[in-house]
Amino acid sequence: MKAKIIITPKKAVLDPQGKTVQRALEHMGYQGVAAVHVGKYLEIELTGGDKDAARKQLDEACHRFLSNPVIEDYRLELE
Amino acid sequence: MNFAVLQFPASNCDQDAVHVLHHVLGHSARLLWHKEASLGNADAVVIPGGFSYGDYLRTGAVARFSPIMQAVQEFAMNGGPVLGICNGFQILCEAGLLPGALIRNRSLQFRCEHIFLKTVTTDSPFTNQIPADKLLRVPIAHGEGCYFANEATLAKLKANNQILWHYVNAQGETTEQANPNGSLENIAGICNHRRNVAGLMPHPERASEPLSGSSDGRLVFQSLIAWLERNAQAKAA
Repeated sequence: MKAKIIITPKKAVLDPQGKTVQRALEHMGYQGVAAVHVGKYLEIELTGGDKDAARKQLDEACHRFLSNPVIEDYRLELE
Repeated sequence: MNFAVLQFPASNCDQDAVHVLHHVLGHSARLLWHKEASLGNADAVVIPGGFSYGDYLRTGAVARFSPIMQAVQEFAMNGGPVLGICNGFQILCEAGLLPGALIRNRSLQFRCEHIFLKTVTTDSPFTNQIPADKLLRVPIAHGEGCYFANEATLAKLKANNQILWHYVNAQGETTEQANPNGSLENIAGICNHRRNVAGLMPHPERASEPLSGSSDGRLVFQSLIAWLERNAQAKAA
């Protein structure tokens, strides 16, 4: 089983990386870029097949450690 | 007084902190490796600057789970004073001992320069010896020192007088230009509600001797020492 975790900065938090990338895209001529948010992507390989148990555990880990709820949101996918 | 200076893999201001506390100010200061589980006889804890665990994941995110930080949590809960400098500030925020978070500098640049600090309140163990009108000239050296807190947290910080230092210009004005990293309202350092845990991004330990160009940072440590000595006298009486 594999977990995919996408971590993005909260909307209210300044994202200078996203802004810089957005400006660069515009500068390169790519049009229609409304906003860019730079985050993190984690892949976690898991042993065992209990999806619910894995989700529960990883949700906790995301909240306590893998993301910082003060500044980041996360999305957890299991496959 | 007995100071414990924590040491994580890739701490790099630990020796500077010990130097100032021991050689400059004449107190006992010992290094404590992050795998230690006890703070021993420490009267105060300094979490020094650096890049603990390579800043992997987020600054301070891994360090906060090290064994010594469990001891720091307990020490702080019992009212023991804890000062986090730079990476130490980041660790304390990650640990939930201080509110808010430190994020990437707005300029995306690593900023390494001297700045001016205005002390917002002298009512803390970390600022009580700083003359009210004195600006502190101390260096910063960080890439992720932009202080962020949500509106509710910021309101609480203000209501409880928890903001200790602002970035200001040489005239003592809180301007956008004097803000080196985009910190919310020029916040350079804060303390917790109980006032025994504080963090700041600038490096007072690098400005505690004339040789280093400024001795202003010494006032932060002298404040802490004065507070500890007063407490010890009160206990003895």
